[in-house]
Amino acid sequence: MTPQHTRSEAGGRSAAREILSADDAARALKRMAHEVLESGKGAGNLVLVGIRRGGEPLAHRLADAIQQIESVQPPIGLLDITLYRDDLGQRADQPEVRETRIPFDITGKDVLLVDDVLFTGRTISAALNALTDFGRPAHVLLAVLVDRGHRELPIRADFVGKNIPTSPGDRVEVRFGDDGTVLGATLEDAA
Amino acid sequence: MSPSATPTGSTPETTTPRFGKHLLSLRDLSADTITALLNTADGFLEIGTRTVKKVPALRGKTVVNLFFEPSTRTRTSFELAAKRLSADVLNITVAASSVVKGETLTDTARTIEAMNTDTVVIRHAAAGAPQLLAETLNSHVINAGDGAHEHPTQGLLDLFTIRRAKGRIEGLNVVIVGDITHSRVARSGLIGLTKLGAHVRLVAPPTMIPSGIEKLSEGPGDVTVGYDLDAALKGADVIMPLRLQLERQGAPLFPGKREYATLYGINRERMAAAAEGAIVMHPGPINRGVEIAHDVADSDQSTILSQVTHGVAVRMAVLYHYSAGQGAAA
Repeated sequence: MTPQHTRSEAGGRSAAREILSADDAARALKRMAHEVLESGKGAGNLVLVGIRRGGEPLAHRLADAIQQIESVQPPIGLLDITLYRDDLGQRADQPEVRETRIPFDITGKDVLLVDDVLFTGRTISAALNALTDFGRPAHVLLAVLVDRGHRELPIRADFVGKNIPTSPGDRVEVRFGDDGTVLGATLEDAA
Repeated sequence: MSPSATPTGSTPETTTPRFGKHLLSLRDLSADTITALLNTADGFLEIGTRTVKKVPALRGKTVVNLFFEPSTRTRTSFELAAKRLSADVLNITVAASSVVKGETLTDTARTIEAMNTDTVVIRHAAAGAPQLLAETLNSHVINAGDGAHEHPTQGLLDLFTIRRAKGRIEGLNVVIVGDITHSRVARSGLIGLTKLGAHVRLVAPPTMIPSGIEKLSEGPGDVTVGYDLDAALKGADVIMPLRLQLERQGAPLFPGKREYATLYGINRERMAAAAEGAIVMHPGPINRGVEIAHDVADSDQSTILSQVTHGVAVRMAVLYHYSAGQGAAA
């Protein structure tokens, strides 16, 4: 089942309910920043790579939280995984490609991939493939704000803001303000 | 000849650009679709700067460059674009093909398609040849220049270059000067620029401007036709001299190169009339000292080399949108 397929089931949903408030998200990010730093040896070898689009503002928020603890901001890269999707050849209309910007060498680094929602795991699989074109990191770790389950690949997150039980047809959305702050997350039930 | 399916309210997602199955003419693309192609090209530009200059987007696809006219830059640009997307590329040029043995265009193309190709990039001296192929083949067809008709990917890369240099296209004053009659670059440029809202000024000796050219303009932009270059250059943001294509002109349309350079060549003195920060573009190859002077071609205002870099990114965007799927988008 492709994400595109689940999205097309939109008819007749109940209203979206909040599963994560702005305060919840801020607290979760602060905790995740501590966990990231404890898991390694500080921020020295750490670089963040946000998966566009949701992972982009989150990577910045996480980097801010890390900076408040360690007073150094880890470098931030942005990754667009569109060209590495496993369903590209099957789609009639190709999705728009956004710029990938990783302005540093990831070889030997501890790369922390950041995304907003972890679902099937296919996006992360594509991101791992993309990273190999940029170098050979020492470690690759994954941080997500929401883990909603239903993995289709053997992939798990190292740092999770909140685990949310969902049905496969549900729609989970993390909302961001214009300045990239997390406004919260909502869940729409499947019809 | 149908100007592509018009998606008037048929789909609920009106924001989704419709690309269609083939890229034959910029006339078939809406302003939104052109903008989407340029946005995708923005994303592709970075790939050329990586250590590993390759992404797997078109892995397993086969792209054929079918060139019935000599071309180095367009063919290599398409070839590199396809290879950076991991497609397999086949180059067929007229000198090495069966055409010299009497095979028709349709038969040549069908023979190639029998090898299960996904996309055919065609350049041909006859206007409409890509259209003929599109009606015959199941593959996607991309026009890489047909006669004096159109050269849509050149038009797109010019738009892309302008957008990157000036940040926008809408409202800019663009001067296209040279042999408009024989220039498919001018036609595609004119269509794309006016669709995105530029004010286009066509300038040439009267023998080099076909009557009714202004009818190609599609709002919100507009076009004016004139013979006086210095008047047209006043306040120009973008200047596009065209190559004087003497090989395409049967009887001479102008007394000589020197007179042409004097009246229609872009040089530093002339550029003074242009707007501050104006750029000079050229589709290449350039005739130094004829349509463009050395001091302009090598100046900071010249985008000639970045156009080549941008050409690869734009053709990657085009191949990306016109190779994948099973052609179901048409």
